[in-house]
Amino acid sequence: MGDNTLVLGQRLSEWCGHGPAPEEDIALANIALDLIGQTRLWLDLAGNREGLGRDSDMLAYHRNPWDFKNLLLVEQPNRDFGVTMMRQFLFDTWHLETLRILSHHTDKDVRGIAQKSSKEVTYHRARSTNIVIALGDGTEKSQLRMQSALNRLYPYVGEMFMTDKDDLIDMAALRPRFDAHLSATLNKATLTKPESEFYHKGGKTGTQHSEHLSHILATMQSLPRSYPEAKW
Amino acid sequence: MYAQMIKSEETYEDPKKLMAFQARIDDGDRIEPKDWMPKGYRKTLIRQIGQHAHSEIVGQLPEGNWITRAPSLERKAILLAKVQDEAGHGLYLYCAAETLGVSRDELTEMLLNGQMKYSSIFSYPALTWADMGVIGWLIDGAAILNQVPLQRTSYGPYARAMVRICKEESFHQRQGFDIMIKMVNGTAEQKHMAQDALNRLWYPSLMMFGPPDAESVHSEQSMRWKIKINSNDELRQKFVNQTVPQAEYLGLSIPDINLNWNERKQSYDFSQPDWSEFFDVLEGNGPASVDRIEARQAAWEDGAWVREARIAHAEKKNMAILAAE
Repeated sequence: MGDNTLVLGQRLSEWCGHGPAPEEDIALANIALDLIGQTRLWLDLAGNREGLGRDSDMLAYHRNPWDFKNLLLVEQPNRDFGVTMMRQFLFDTWHLETLRILSHHTDKDVRGIAQKSSKEVTYHRARSTNIVIALGDGTEKSQLRMQSALNRLYPYVGEMFMTDKDDLIDMAALRPRFDAHLSATLNKATLTKPESEFYHKGGKTGTQHSEHLSHILATMQSLPRSYPEAKW
Repeated sequence: MYAQMIKSEETYEDPKKLMAFQARIDDGDRIEPKDWMPKGYRKTLIRQIGQHAHSEIVGQLPEGNWITRAPSLERKAILLAKVQDEAGHGLYLYCAAETLGVSRDELTEMLLNGQMKYSSIFSYPALTWADMGVIGWLIDGAAILNQVPLQRTSYGPYARAMVRICKEESFHQRQGFDIMIKMVNGTAEQKHMAQDALNRLWYPSLMMFGPPDAESVHSEQSMRWKIKINSNDELRQKFVNQTVPQAEYLGLSIPDINLNWNERKQSYDFSQPDWSEFFDVLEGNGPASVDRIEARQAAWEDGAWVREARIAHAEKKNMAILAAE
């Protein structure tokens, strides 16, 4: 959970000052800020449970790409605003369903973080859903862009519902609610779900990330890795 | 100061109306959007508020360039919040300008085609993490000195925008100083970064207040209209007086061999920046000027389809509501 929010928060931060309007710059920074806040909670908890004295900063800044367990979807490049918002919409829809289940988890700390995060993510999903609808339904040009964004990113959806030994919940069980929200939104957005259900995998297990992750980490980790003695 | 070298427009209007307008200002009245105002007052304010708004928007870029490299998650979160505030300041100011009859799109076009400027300071590159400290400490510090008096400016919407902005700016300045404290108490490399950032940004910070009063030909009318409250030199002196003890506290040296306490005037003597460099920057020849405008141009052009689509969607929704009625 923490790696997903970290990598996506990092990606959204790249937009700062480059958005299509100041309102979008503010919103993207705001969502990135929420995600980085959630990252600190999840990774501090992970470090605490690991018991080796690593905190969220150690886990964010001093791990290698193969140690990251984020979904391939979140490391995909921003490309244009349409791809960024489609990625956000797909992630938010999955994220909210995941947090809803984790909000009832037996572990008190997991439950606490999930409950706090789902308040923020409810808003994220509402916003990205509205934007996907507006841009899909907007003009001929924007419809084409959003359809191509969906086609580009749909092969990263399947990985979100794979369950492995590290998962706290059955991920496949979330798919029906995800699909329901997806098809209702695509319908309003006049977009069509790609036919092929093929999907890439390897992100959440860390076995085969895309080439993009190591670039994200090289940028993000540059200061703490270059000056390991420094306190900032 | 986020607005520099604002040329006051002369006004040729009914002398009676002009006198009555000036009397309102002298009495401390606030001018509101629907009130009569001289054409020159309106044009000067559009230029000043527009430049201020552009500075907030362009000002996101040097800091935005460091969000992805912020050295801890906490620093990343703080910087994200700060840059978000700045975009918000840009929005309040564009809204204040809109009350004068100019649209945000028109102002943006004027920034991109060079008719309007943004503060010279953002034409300098942000090269190390210490620049994030100096931007908060000196640049936001200088902006506060300018903006606190503008809370009393004669134009209501501008004054009210300033009240909100000032509250957030003081938080920004404190976080900048906090970065500096960490840097000067850190490793040799961190101390080097801190001193290097101060060396590079000291004179550009002094330039933020605009040229010396003797050369500042447009100030008088703006001061009569209470669009400008203090003179450039007055604010610059105040800035130096306030900053020198802070630099001493940090153990950093200000790169000015002429910097001395003057007992008689109870102020510091200091060297002027290279004003020819300042005019070069205003002409678009700052070290990062072209990068900044290119980035804003790309954001504007690449975002056009998004803005168009959102308008088209909103219109379709409105039509559907009308049809249902």
